[in-house]
Amino acid sequence: MEILVCVKRVPDTAENEIEVNRDGSDIERDDLVYSVNEWDNYAVEEAIQIVDKVGGAVTVVSLGDEESEEVVRREMAMGANNGILVSDDVFTGSDGKGIAAILKAVVEKGTYDLILTGAQADDGAGQIGGMLAAMLDVPYASVVNSIEVLNDNQLKVGREIEGGNQEMNEIALPCVLSIQTGINEPRYVGIRGIRKVASVDIPIWGASDLGLDPANVGESGAGVKRVDYFVPELGEGAEILEGSSEEIAEKLIDLLKTKGGIK
Amino acid sequence: MAAQVFAYIEHKNGVADDTALELVSAARSIFPDASPAAIVTGSGADLDAVCSDLAASYSEVWKFDNEALAYPNAEAIRKLLVAVLPAEAVVLVPHDTFGMDLAPGLSIKLDSVFVSDAAGIEGLDGDNLKVIRQEYSGQVSTHLMANISTGAVINIRPGVFQPDESKSANGQVIDKSSEIGELTVGRRFLEVVEAEAGDVDITKEDILVSVGRGIEDQDNIEIAQELAEAVGGVVSCSRPIVDAKWLEKPRQVGTSGQTVKPKVYMALGISGSFQHLGGIKGNPFIVAVNKNPKAPIFQIADVGVVEDLLDFVPVLTEKIQEGK
Repeated sequence: MEILVCVKRVPDTAENEIEVNRDGSDIERDDLVYSVNEWDNYAVEEAIQIVDKVGGAVTVVSLGDEESEEVVRREMAMGANNGILVSDDVFTGSDGKGIAAILKAVVEKGTYDLILTGAQADDGAGQIGGMLAAMLDVPYASVVNSIEVLNDNQLKVGREIEGGNQEMNEIALPCVLSIQTGINEPRYVGIRGIRKVASVDIPIWGASDLGLDPANVGESGAGVKRVDYFVPELGEGAEILEGSSEEIAEKLIDLLKTKGGIK
Repeated sequence: MAAQVFAYIEHKNGVADDTALELVSAARSIFPDASPAAIVTGSGADLDAVCSDLAASYSEVWKFDNEALAYPNAEAIRKLLVAVLPAEAVVLVPHDTFGMDLAPGLSIKLDSVFVSDAAGIEGLDGDNLKVIRQEYSGQVSTHLMANISTGAVINIRPGVFQPDESKSANGQVIDKSSEIGELTVGRRFLEVVEAEAGDVDITKEDILVSVGRGIEDQDNIEIAQELAEAVGGVVSCSRPIVDAKWLEKPRQVGTSGQTVKPKVYMALGISGSFQHLGGIKGNPFIVAVNKNPKAPIFQIADVGVVEDLLDFVPVLTEKIQEGK
């Protein structure tokens, strides 16, 4: 099975406090720790496991600036066979539809049976997989938390739905799936793994390589544009307890007693 | 002239989802005079019951009755919507696992813009709709401008808009089943596998000591366990802890886990994504312990402690034990 996995380089929200920059035009990007989007990492692991079982190859593609090459290389160190970086100044400012259109062009340059994305990334939109599937006219399933290959033409996929329940479906290949965290246990990538792929050539494709009209992507093609970032003022928020740990603990115990928090 | 607004209604066992009435308010936040039409798909008596209830809140309820729609398959429903919606329609969909399945692809097929997980709508400026979203797990918000001149599909975050309880629409149910057309799909629904029950039922507990990513290591779960024992509660968790397989799925609080209604909820090292908060009902007293003062959990908690839980919680536990 030929599998394409779309991955994104994002600020790691577990490692960073995300703040808005001075004029609200962006988040404060100095000193941010970046990593591969967590959901995408599960998708790559799943693709590798499928290929281990049924054969084929895993290709990882990332759309972003030159720095995104590091996440492509990391996922290749995990075991992806091929990597592609899609990067072009004219792609800057693309909305979801623009990104999906760029990825559609990537898909059509190859022959893939299965395309995986993460269920969401740093902006939490969770939109690219569904858009890409619709553009390619292939079936789609979102928030997938199990995949079983039934035969060359069909998968059985579980979707994580509300209340911890799982919705089982049969889906025809080729298709697009967006992968939920927890579907597997992504393997650890050590420094030796990274070294092994350090000199592998990763092609960089721009708009002309993909036959894309710059007018249809990037800011000029975007129907949805970001105006600013801000931090909302949502009421009073929590009463923050101050003092030493011991003092705070005592204050908290008094509060818990009045609220029934200590039996 | 304002574009026509449609609300996609989710329902189960003959009862409309809570979002059904929230979408009425969401529609009015776009066009103050909007009288949105409800779109309800399904089959049989359950569908009829939902439609007649909704006529009190929507001036028009479009009913689509077909065996193939008995379970909401996003691909089939997308085909149906593309066939029946007018050009330039503005379609509102609840942002949940069904909405995530349906809406992005629908926007492509309708050739309209898509806005995911709208947490607020500030109104129209010409063709541009100003929408509020949250990014980076809710740590920052952003304003988007969406050009809705060729229509829009907007996923609305559940619980953000006040439900319109006025029931003053005096509307009518319009049976549009004959317009359904063919519903061939590449993805076929098989069954829903219900979540397994765990060794504890966190939905019945009054005191929950809930851990998130801030616990850092499986071995540290013990710290929460000791606090839970000291206060007479049980340990629950957020999604990353279940993903890491440090605790069992039945202990997960959130829209993809359990919905709990304790008296006291202690969130230790939990950032407070809306999916997590969506699983906490009944307005409990919430204590948040998090070393990140920007964590969204502090916006909804009653009391906050800005410290590393690994340092603070053992101190708290010891003090509670001393006092007993």
